[in-house]
Parts: sequence; structure tokens; C-alpha cells
Amino acid sequence: MATATTYRTCPRSGLQFESSAEKLMIANAVAAVVFLLIGGILAIGVVLTRWPAIHWLEADTFYQVLTAHGIDMLIFWIIFFEVAILYFASSTLLRCRIATPNIAWAAFALMIIGAVMNNVAVFQGGSSVMMTSYVPMMAAPSFYAGLILFAVGALIACFVFFGTLVVAKRDKTYQGSVPLVTFGAITAAIIAVFTIASGAIILIPTFLMSIGVVKEVDPLVYRTIWWAFGHSSQQINVAAHISVWYLVAAVAFGAKPMSERVSRTAFLLYILFLQLASAHHLLADPGLSTGWKVVNTSYFMYFAVLASMLHGLTVPGAMEVAQRSKGFTKGLFEWLRKAPWSNPTFAGVFISIIGFGFLGGISGVMMGTEQLNMIIHNTIYVPGHFHATVVVGTTLTFMALTYLLIPVLFKREMIAPKMAQWQPYLFGFSMYFFCLVMMGAGTLGVSRRHWDMAFSGNALAYEWPGAAYLMMGLVGIAGIVAIVGGAMYIYITVGSLLWGRRLERGAESPKFTPIPRMAPTVVAQSHGSAGFAAPGTFLLAMVFLVAFVLYYFINWKYLSTLWGLS
Amino acid sequence: MSAILPPPERIWYKHPIDRVEGTWIAIALLWCLIMFFMMVGWHIWGNQNLSTETYRTTPDKFTAKAQAMVDKYTVRTETGDKTPVVAPPPGSDVYMLARLWNFWPILELEKGKTYRLHLTSMDYNHGFSLQPANINIQIVPGFEHVITVTPNQSGTYSVVCNEFCGINHHQMVGRIYIK
Repeated sequence: MATATTYRTCPRSGLQFESSAEKLMIANAVAAVVFLLIGGILAIGVVLTRWPAIHWLEADTFYQVLTAHGIDMLIFWIIFFEVAILYFASSTLLRCRIATPNIAWAAFALMIIGAVMNNVAVFQGGSSVMMTSYVPMMAAPSFYAGLILFAVGALIACFVFFGTLVVAKRDKTYQGSVPLVTFGAITAAIIAVFTIASGAIILIPTFLMSIGVVKEVDPLVYRTIWWAFGHSSQQINVAAHISVWYLVAAVAFGAKPMSERVSRTAFLLYILFLQLASAHHLLADPGLSTGWKVVNTSYFMYFAVLASMLHGLTVPGAMEVAQRSKGFTKGLFEWLRKAPWSNPTFAGVFISIIGFGFLGGISGVMMGTEQLNMIIHNTIYVPGHFHATVVVGTTLTFMALTYLLIPVLFKREMIAPKMAQWQPYLFGFSMYFFCLVMMGAGTLGVSRRHWDMAFSGNALAYEWPGAAYLMMGLVGIAGIVAIVGGAMYIYITVGSLLWGRRLERGAESPKFTPIPRMAPTVVAQSHGSAGFAAPGTFLLAMVFLVAFVLYYFINWKYLSTLWGLS
Repeated sequence: MSAILPPPERIWYKHPIDRVEGTWIAIALLWCLIMFFMMVGWHIWGNQNLSTETYRTTPDKFTAKAQAMVDKYTVRTETGDKTPVVAPPPGSDVYMLARLWNFWPILELEKGKTYRLHLTSMDYNHGFSLQPANINIQIVPGFEHVITVTPNQSGTYSVVCNEFCGINHHQMVGRIYIK
């Protein structure tokens, strides 16, 4: 496919975009934002219904809206955006043409058709089965068919990404190893292939069951394989948003990774161990042995935890080293105080790093502990956890990246720059609070996916403590503030694309410009104190560790007061 | 030079590790190992471990066993639809079935005594969420999960279904009394 194409060098960033890759990135990113908008509107219904004082929607509408909210956010918004990132990390960072653009468009079409089909199935009613769609509860056949088409499209997009890597290698657009961000994207794509294959293995028989060809899908087998899809898809997000963290550190500070070896090894650990974390959804299930649970969720999963703890240190550490070399060397934290806090790209990523680690990371490990899982399984603690990982972690990072891409990829001046400055703070901090109060309510036992915590009219109704009602009220308030923050993002992004001043495209050329070879760096670190290149980051990491250890053992203490179970 | 450019050293795995990173790797790894041994150790020294005893079952088989217990040990009935309250002797097998949209029957157990609690679902996935203790266990149809429980406080406990099971999911709640 030696079709004629052009390469444009962005005058603002120096990045090189191939024209068909650029169009594909724009299409995928725009589709992502559309689904974020739909999911955000649905979030209003979810939040206002779970706020006990308002209790807005009827039960059937609530379950329908909740199903669509989960799928549109967790699957469609995020994966469309990730496909754009994959194309960016291959074609743009490696300065090559994208492989098989026509097939990439076909993948995009499949994903759109699948996503629309799934949404239509949910809104027709009869498919309010939640994102997990556990058998034997059945949805309409088009519910599963939509998911399968979407997954096939996403799988094809992954292979276009791999093909693009081959193109770059063959055309010698770079020398040596791929950049770290591309390396992270490769991890994301490899995990994506595993994830989508698991999804296909379980959703295809379930689809056949829904049209009556297969008689039964075993409910426990379904749960096991579904989670190899459901949880691993969140690991694609982790690999992708951590790659973006490195990207933003490089762009906002000119930071280089502290050690390529550490960062890349940590990504490799994700490929080897992260999928096993899906087992922690099954800790409260019958039929699985203790050994299986412990091996999957602890011994191996903790290598993935280790990897996340490393990225959590090396990303801010790289920022610190870069800032110190610019002369911000006073004390432990001058580098952080003098960081570009009014740049929404940096602010979004930093709020994301802290929230992902402290809220998402610590709660995730607590939940994934075999015995501790019993005190939170299926309570609203679980959505509290994953809003910290997926919303504070992934969504906020993607929002921050969008602010970088508006002038670079979309070639528009951002409208409302003041609002953009505030958006990551409003959205990020309201989400922090939202996650905290959800976890608080979950600690008191409040169920997730539940329309009426008052059990009105039921003779056996359980009366939750007043604190649980208070927490759920706070969930409502924080949720509404976060939705306002999300609406600001949509307004800024869509507004900039529609009405933003057009910016110069930059010089175009029919040939790519290869990446020049770098001179090897001097190894010795010349900044920092006590022999540490990033002492401030290290102190932050120790604060994190103390919080982690305390919270972990508090939960064991609570567990020890419960009924004896064996 | 940067994360968006190829590393200058051709062989990235020979890139040196800074002392900050080396120290943190050691601390983090140690903490990961502690967490691993916590989980294993609780099986040895802890008192709250979820049983893995599971049998394949069918709604008919399970209902028959639960009905036999109800016939033998019912002490009274409660609520409008006369749900039996069953008080089996300590140490015995007790049955609770989950179905759209209730738990059946109501159990009455003694504090400090041990029972073998059998759980299953007649239809969809359900959740066994014991409140206010906050113990949460998944109930999967076709599988009979046997959990040895020792209640340590007397009072009225509710069993809330916390796995979405259809349009009346939020009405599904049962009860266990501890004397």
C-alpha cells in the first residue's frame, strides 16, 4: 500500500503527523468524546437516584441508565480514546505512515456500529443486565452482538497498531528501541488482545444462548472468563494512561525517564501479571480453591502492584529531576511548588497520579485481598474504587491529554482557557471526594447497583445507619459537581473544535523526517540531595506507603471482629 | 532524552538505576511480600476465611433439603406471607435459598455456636450481604456453597441481596436472628 500521503510537522510541538493517521486519530477521539457526553448525561440519572433525598428515576429506568452509563464510559469512551492513543504512539511518535489506513477505517466503522447497536439494545429495554450481564440473566441478542462487533473492531485497531510498528521498523524512521511511551502503548495493545480474546470466548456463546442455539452457559465459567475480559480491559487503561503520564512529563517538563530499565521492566510486569488481577472479582465466589485465589490475587498480582508503585515514583521523580536541573532545587518541594499548575495538562496529570495511587491503588489492593474482600464485595465501595482508578486515573488523564492535543492534533486555539485551567481541579477534587464517600458508604455495607436503600414497603426492610444515608447524600452532591466538571471539559473540547481559531497546519512534506539519533546521556546525577536524585518524590512515596500500611491493617483489625467463618 | 524519543542507549535494559528507584523497589517489594504472607497467614491464624466447600446442585435438590429442615425446626412464622422462622440445633446443616426476590427461610441461630450454612440460588446470581456485620458472599445458581459460620453477637441481622438480579432486586432482603 504505497499510496501517496503527506506528513505535516506541527509548528507548536514539532510532532509529525501523517495525514491518514491524523484523520483516524481525530475520528476516534471525537467518537470517544461523544460517548463520554452520553455517559455523562446518564451519570446525572444515576447520581440523582442514588442520592436518597432525591431518588429521582423509577426503578426500571434507573437500572437501564446504570447499564448504559457503565458500558458507555468503561468500554466505549475509553477504548475509542485508546485507539487514538495507539495511533499517536505509533505513527506520530515513530514518525511513520500508519499501516493499512483503509482497514483502520473499517475497524472504526465496526466499533461505531457495535457501540450504537449496544446502546439501542439497552434503551429499547429488556437489556438492563448491567455491564457484567451475568448469565443466566439474559439481554437482547443485539446487546451481545453490539459488544462483539465493537470488540472485533478494537482488535483490528490493535493489529493496525502492530502493523504500524513494523512499518516504522522497515522504513527505518528511528534507531534503537522505541520511545518509552510507545513501549507503554505496546503493553496496552498486548493486554488488549488478551482482553478481547477473553471477551470473545465468553460473549459469543452467550450471544448464541440469547438466540437459542446454545442451551446453557455455566454461570461460574461465565463469571471467570467474563472477568478476564472485564478486569483486563481496565488494565489496558492503566498501561495507556501511565504512558500518557510519561508523555506529559516529557512534554510539560522535557523530563526524561529516570531509568528506562525500571520503567520498561514495570510495563513488562503488567503484561505478565496484571490480567491475573481479574481473579479478585471471584474471591467471594463458591467453587474456587483457596490456592487459586491466593496465587492469582496475591503472589502474582503483587508484581503488578509493584509495577504500579514503580510508575507512581518514576513519573513524578522524572518531573522532579527535570525541574531541579532547571534550578528549582530549594528544599524538598520547590520543584513541585514551581510546577506549571495553571497548565491544565500538567495539573490534570498530577491530580490523576495522586488520586490513582492514594485512592484507587490502596483501595484496590485492600479489595483484592482474599479475606478482606468479604467486607466490601458488591458494596458501593467497589464503584468507589473504580471511579478512583478509571475516572481519576484514566479519564482525567485523557482529559489532560486532550488539552495538549487541541492545538497540536486538532489545530485549533482552545476556547475558554481560564475555564480549562480550573477544570482539572474541579473535576479531579470532586471525584476524589466522590470516591471517598462512596468507599465510606461501602464500608458501612451499602449495596452497589441498588435502587432503594430504604427497602420501602418490605416487611423485612433493613434500616441502614444514618451515617450511610449521609454518605450517600454526599455521593450525590460530589457526583453532581463532578458532572459539572465533566460538562466543562466537553464544552471546552467541542467548542474549540467548532469555534476555536484555526491554527497554522505547519509545513507539509511528501516524505517523513526520521528521528535523529540521540547522543548518549551522561549518567551521573548532579542534583538532589543525600545521593537521591528525587528526594521530594521519595518523601511523597513514603507518605503513600504509610497511608497504605495503616489502611491495610485497619481493615484486618475490623475483619477480626466479625463472625467466625471457615 | 525523553519518553517520547527513542532512548539514546540502544540497549535500554542496561540503563543504570538511580538510588531513589533502587531503594523504592526494595521497600515496595518487601511490602508486597508482607501482604502476600498476610493472606496466607490468616488461613493459619485468622478466624475469618471463606470456605471453598462447594457442590453442584439443582433447585429441586436444594429445595428438598431446605424444606426438610423447615418441616423439622420451624418455631413460628413471620410477615404477611408466613415466612417460616427456623431454629435448627447448633452444629447442624442450615439452608438458605435465594430466589427472585427473597431469601427463604428466616433462620434463628445461637450466639457462639457453629453451623454449616448452605447457600444457593434458584435462578440468577444473588448476593448474600449480612448487615450490619457487613459480610458479603456471592451466590451463584447451580452451586451449593457450604460456609461454617459462628455468630459472635446476638441481635437481628438482615441479609441484603447485593448482586443485581432484575427489576425487584432492591426488594430482596432476608433475615437471620441470633439469640
